[in-house]
Formats: sequence, C-alpha cells, structure tokens
Amino acid sequence: MDAIAALMGGFAVALTPTNLALALAGCLIGTAIGVLPGIGPMNAIALLLPFCFALKLPPESALILLAAVYYGSGYGGRITAILLNMPGEPSAAITTLDGHPLAKQGRAAAALMVTGIGSFVGATLSVVMMTFLAVPLARVAVGFSPADYVALIVFALSLLGAVAPGNAVKAWAAGCFGILLALVGVDSGTGIERLTMGSMEMLGGIDFTVLAIGLFAIGEVLLLLETRMRVAAAALGHGERLTLAELARCIPAMMRATGIGFAIGVLPGAGASVAAALSYSTERHIAERGEHRFGKGDMRGVASPETADNAAQIGNLVPMLSLGIPGSGTTAVLLGALLMYSITPGPLLFAQRPEVAWGLIASMYIGNVMLLVLNIPLVGLFTRLLAVPAWVLYPGVIALSLAGVWAVANSPFDLMLAVGFGVLGYALRKLDVPLVPIILGFVLGRLLEDNFRRAMALSDGDVAALFASIPSLLLWACTAAALAWPMLRRLRA
Amino acid sequence: MHRRHLLAGAAGLAALAATPAFAQGGFAPQNPECIAGAAPGGGFDLTCRTAARAFQELGLIAPPIRTVNMPGGIGAVAINHINAQRRTDPNVIVAVSTGSWVNMAQGRFGRWGENDVRWLGTIGADFGVIAVRRDSRFQTLADLVAALRQDPGSVPMGAGGAVGSQDWTKAALIARGAGSDPRRIRYVPFEGGGQAMAALLGGHIQVFPGDATEVRGQLEAGEIRLLAVLAPNRLPGAFANVPTAREQGIDAEWTIVRGFYGPPQMPDAAYEYWVEALRRLQAHPGWTAIRDGAGLFEFNMAGRDFEELAKRRTAEYRALAREVGVIQQQN
Repeated sequence: MDAIAALMGGFAVALTPTNLALALAGCLIGTAIGVLPGIGPMNAIALLLPFCFALKLPPESALILLAAVYYGSGYGGRITAILLNMPGEPSAAITTLDGHPLAKQGRAAAALMVTGIGSFVGATLSVVMMTFLAVPLARVAVGFSPADYVALIVFALSLLGAVAPGNAVKAWAAGCFGILLALVGVDSGTGIERLTMGSMEMLGGIDFTVLAIGLFAIGEVLLLLETRMRVAAAALGHGERLTLAELARCIPAMMRATGIGFAIGVLPGAGASVAAALSYSTERHIAERGEHRFGKGDMRGVASPETADNAAQIGNLVPMLSLGIPGSGTTAVLLGALLMYSITPGPLLFAQRPEVAWGLIASMYIGNVMLLVLNIPLVGLFTRLLAVPAWVLYPGVIALSLAGVWAVANSPFDLMLAVGFGVLGYALRKLDVPLVPIILGFVLGRLLEDNFRRAMALSDGDVAALFASIPSLLLWACTAAALAWPMLRRLRA
Repeated sequence: MHRRHLLAGAAGLAALAATPAFAQGGFAPQNPECIAGAAPGGGFDLTCRTAARAFQELGLIAPPIRTVNMPGGIGAVAINHINAQRRTDPNVIVAVSTGSWVNMAQGRFGRWGENDVRWLGTIGADFGVIAVRRDSRFQTLADLVAALRQDPGSVPMGAGGAVGSQDWTKAALIARGAGSDPRRIRYVPFEGGGQAMAALLGGHIQVFPGDATEVRGQLEAGEIRLLAVLAPNRLPGAFANVPTAREQGIDAEWTIVRGFYGPPQMPDAAYEYWVEALRRLQAHPGWTAIRDGAGLFEFNMAGRDFEELAKRRTAEYRALAREVGVIQQQN
C-alpha cells in the first residue's frame, strides 16, 4: 500500500538521532506542560518556536518537537487532576470526577497507570487511523454542517445530568451558569458587547484557563485551608495496585473512547473537552447496566475520558495536515509554525513536503511509545507528589496557576478574575454544586450558540434545517434516548 | 532561566555573524517587546514573530525582540494597556493591521483611536480575495454580482470575522458594487478563517471573502477558485491568473496592511529609531525571502506616510461603517 511506503519514508525521517532526541524532548516538555495547571501546549509551542529558528532546525524537526509537546500534554493533564483534583488541561476536568475519589481511596497509582495506558491506546490507535484514512476522513469532516454541530452539542449537553447524577438540579443549574459565563464578550454575530459591564478586559470574553484555574485550583486550595490540609495526607494511603482484571474491564471502554475521541477530534469545530465528556457519559450509561462505582472512583471513569482526550488530540491533526484547517487553538499555532517555515499548509502538503507530513506521523508512533515508557515508571514518582508537605505543595500550585493565568494575556485583571472564580469555586463546593458541569456548559455553550446562529443564518431562519441531515437526525435520536433513559429506568424500578 | 541564556547566546552568535546593528540618535532598545493583541497563531502574532526573526537574522537590531501575546477585543486590550500603563515606553511596539483601523473607526477600542498611538511603519500586506469552491456555480465575479443584484440574501457567504469586521466588509463592498444593500447579504461568521474554509469546502457556504495567504494552499491544490483579488494590481505567483475586482468593473479593494505602532508619548529618538529600523528592514536584500515565507506581499511604508495612511483609512472606514449601519454608539 502507498501509505505503508510513505510511512516508511516518514520513519526514515523520524528515526534520525536528532529527530528522536527532539521527539523525546518534546514529550518531556509536553508532559510537564500538561501537569502544570494553566500553562497549556499553545503557549509552550509559541515559546519554543523562536528556539527552533535559533537552532536552525529544519521544518520537519521543528514540527516533530512542537507536535510532541502537543500530544505529550495530553498525558500530563491527568496527573494533577487525579492527585490534587485540579485538571492540568481543560479536557482533564472530567478526569477529576473519578480520578480524585480514587486518589482519596489510596488508589492514585492505579488510576495513573490505567490512564497512562489509556492515553497510549487512544493516541496510537488514532495515529494508525490517521495513517490510512487522513484524507478521506478530513473530507467527511468538512461535510459536517453547522446544523450537525448543533445536534452534536445538544447531545453532549443532554448528558450533563450523567456527569453528576446524584444532583441533577444542581448539575443543570451549574451547566446553565457555565453557558452564561460563555456569553461574556463581543458577540460574534453582531459585534455587540454582552455582559462586559463596560470593561475593556471583558471584551474578549472569559478565558477558559482563568475559569478553570479559579474554580479548580484556587477553589480547592481554599477548601483545603479550611480543613488544615488534612485531605492530602489521607490520600497518600498505599492502596492496591492496578490489577489485570481491572485493566481488562477498562479495555472495551478504551476502545469506545478511542472511537468517540478520534471522531470528535477530526471535526474541526469540536474539541478534546467535548470528546472527554461524551465518552465519560457514554461509559457511565453503559456501566449503569451492571455494577459500577462511577462518581465514587471507577477505573473506567478515568480511563475513558483520558483515552478520548488523547484520541481527539491526534484527530485534531487530521484536518490540519490533510486540508490545512486548524481544529483547535493549538493546531492553529502549529499551522502558524509551518507558515513561518514558508510551507503552505493545505491539501498538497503530503505531496509537496512528504518528509514533513509523514515524518510527523511516523514520529507520533515513536513519541507515544516514549510517553508510555516514561509514564509507567514515573507513576510512583508522581504519587509521591502527595508526600510533599502541604505547606510547600499548595502555595507552589497557586503560584504556578497564577503564572499560568498571567501567561494567557499578561493581564492583572485576569489574575483578579481567577481569584474571584476561586472564591466562587470554594462556595460552590460548600454548597455541594458540581463544578464540572460549569466547565462543560462554558465550553459547549459557546459552541452551541455560534453554530446555532450559523445554522440559522444559512437556512434563513428555518428551524427545519436543524433536522435536515442524516448525522443530525441520528444525534437528535441519541439525545432523546439519553434524556429518556433515566426516566425509563425509574419506571422499571 | 536556562532557556533564556541559551536563547540569548544563540541570538548573540547570529548578531555577530551579520552586519552590526545600527544606532539612531543615541537610542538603542533594551529588552524590546512586540505586543501581539491576539492569541498565538493569528495575524498579529505572525507580524511580531516575523519581524522579530528578521530583525535578528538580518542583524538590524541586536537584542532579541520578545513577542508578548495580549489577546482581547482583537487589539483592544493591547491599545488600552499601552495608553494606560506604558505611554512613554521606548522599547515596546505593537502589531497593527487594517483590522485595527476598522475597529478604531467603529469605536470598538473604547476611547482610543488613531490619534492615541505613534504610527511606525509596515512590514508588508495581505490582500482580500473572493473564494468559491472549484465546482461553484459562479465562474466570474460578474456571476456573483448578478446573483447578489437579484437577491442579496441568496448567496450564503462566510468568513472568520463578525458582522462589521474586515471579512464582512469585503463581502459588503462586493454587494455595494453590485448595487444592492450590504445589510441584506447573508453572512455567517466563523471562528477563524480555517473554519470558514472548512465550511466552503463542505458546501455550507458558497463564497468565502478571505485573505490571499490563508487560501493559497487550497488554491494551489485546485480545491477552490478565486473570483477576484481585492488588490490594486494583480498579485504574483499562484495568484497571477486571478483578475482584480476592478478589472471586472467592481470598485472593491481590500489591503490588509501589517505593521506596528508605538506608545502615544514614545520619545522622538526611539520613534526615529524604530521607523529607521523598519525602513532598513524593508530595503534589506534578505528581507524579501523572509516576507514571502510569511505569506506577506510587498507593502513598504514608514513614519509620516504610514501615519497619514492610518488616519486616511480610519476616516474612510468610519464613513463606510456609518453608511452600512454597523457603527457603535459613540461614547
């Protein structure tokens, strides 16, 4: 097959000592970036770019390094999510749901192990799919219309209840609050300012990092202050290691999460957070048929969002490489890097610069193996993070988090906003309001509004357009099923 | 710290190898900064990084220029920051584009306008294009104009900016050229040009009023056709066969100038320094390759000329915005 031959050519590029070393460096930096709450791969790549020029790296080597930072970050985000209840990356917010309860039960090492394996499975299977199907997949993905996105996002929102089922009213209220926060800023449709309270800083809307850092990192530390930081100590118990039986139970979840994550990732308008949320809720619905501990610490509840997250990250590279269309902020920066190397991203990339496109794909096979090898022995080291005295750990986390907020826009206003969200996060925890729906509402609300308005502008206000395609009808059917399912179960019981 | 040393070291070597940096009126920048009023990956970001890289590689400015991203309101936060906190800073330049003039004209930068900064100069320009999918029913700009004349709402168009933005203005200029009401066009805003391109390839929109740089990859691959470039003359390279709008009888031109401004009270010595640095960059034989690589076309202007252009354009856009009713309430 052509793809195999081309891939072999790619390995010839990726396996040179320089490129291997760069991939390894990228994986290490990416993992570190992922661990640090607030500092995302986008900023890291922007920082590394001048470094690539200063070292006079050829474009394929630069891309191998920068992409490794990108997919490496997908491995790192879970670590603080599980250990400290603070997602290192946006998409790891879902991982806190079951990851932190597991850590509190002393099973942090097991959770880190299973998510490390899940990340590898999701990423590697996605690279395989990308190798053979990148171009046709990207063609299908651009056919996904704004109306189809509306159906997809409504489906994801309908699963909000599943994220915090004990507490449906609070979960929905939190979700709506998240949507409300997403409305702040200049309205993309009309250019009119909304909810900015006349403040210049609010024009661009609330940055996701600011919200997530405030609610999770600062809020969590405030809560720990109250308990005199005893929680962390309790979590250090040496629980059971990951058993083979547990891992085996997670395998089907990982497979489903890979499919969901990759499919969502290939769509240029969705994202890793949507993928993680969808696969978590799907797994939960499936698990409810049998015995499960979702929400209280289920291995499948950490394996599925982390697998989906990494699969989506790789999926995001599909429209970028095969069509030159960025699927996320980070892939937009990667495209910018190509542009600075005088490479025109677009459908001809594979033909004109095979060493760049295939070199990158080949390096991702290698990089993911490196990340797996790095992550497994490091699990012990990561869990020892909890042994760091709280008076060192939490101030450190706060400092790093605020540095991350500062890095977003160099804005003192954002720092205050993050602290404000921290107080809010503390209050909501006391009121037992789940925080993850706020994050999902925030991410999905903006996507929903934008796509709904696009769909309406395209159809001239005809609502029937939302139900006009086969993918949208399928997704609406799934939404109906997701909403009806809890009621049916209650009826049966 | 370690990385910073490495960077500084690499930069020092580059400076040694190239021609010595110049000094102007006794001013030499220290820890210079370029503010990109948007997230990494966008036009402002590319403007800062391309210039920083060129100044360094060509040995025009010795200390490396650091790019600082300050997203928010497409430059609104940056201009506010400059005016509120760094009014006299000689070491900071801010990336600016035609889009900033549109925002100033529409009052989207609050009380800050074209008179609240010092206009330094340009590094190049991009030009608007009217793109359609390869199998589009429109063969020429005249076909599109005819369709718009019959019913401005019959052609779904979309691009990366909101109603009132640069991208929208390009569509509005075509509609106006067709003699129809720009307010009645069916315009769909997307999150960035990439998503608009995806919608064009997916057949969800029929016309994408984008920029030459962002459509080049698809054009070379034959995925799209260009009905017109909105430039004063035909563009070189892959665009050579595309007629301008004016050739086709529509008076629509959209030049996306990319350059820099400095703080309103930047000292004269520093102002002269930066203007001279840009002039030297524009004239440097090594600059063409870097500029072409960044997808920018030649557009050289600095100092007073640039200031005049900035003021003339903002006045024009103010008039246009008023005409088509997208101006903000003046405060």
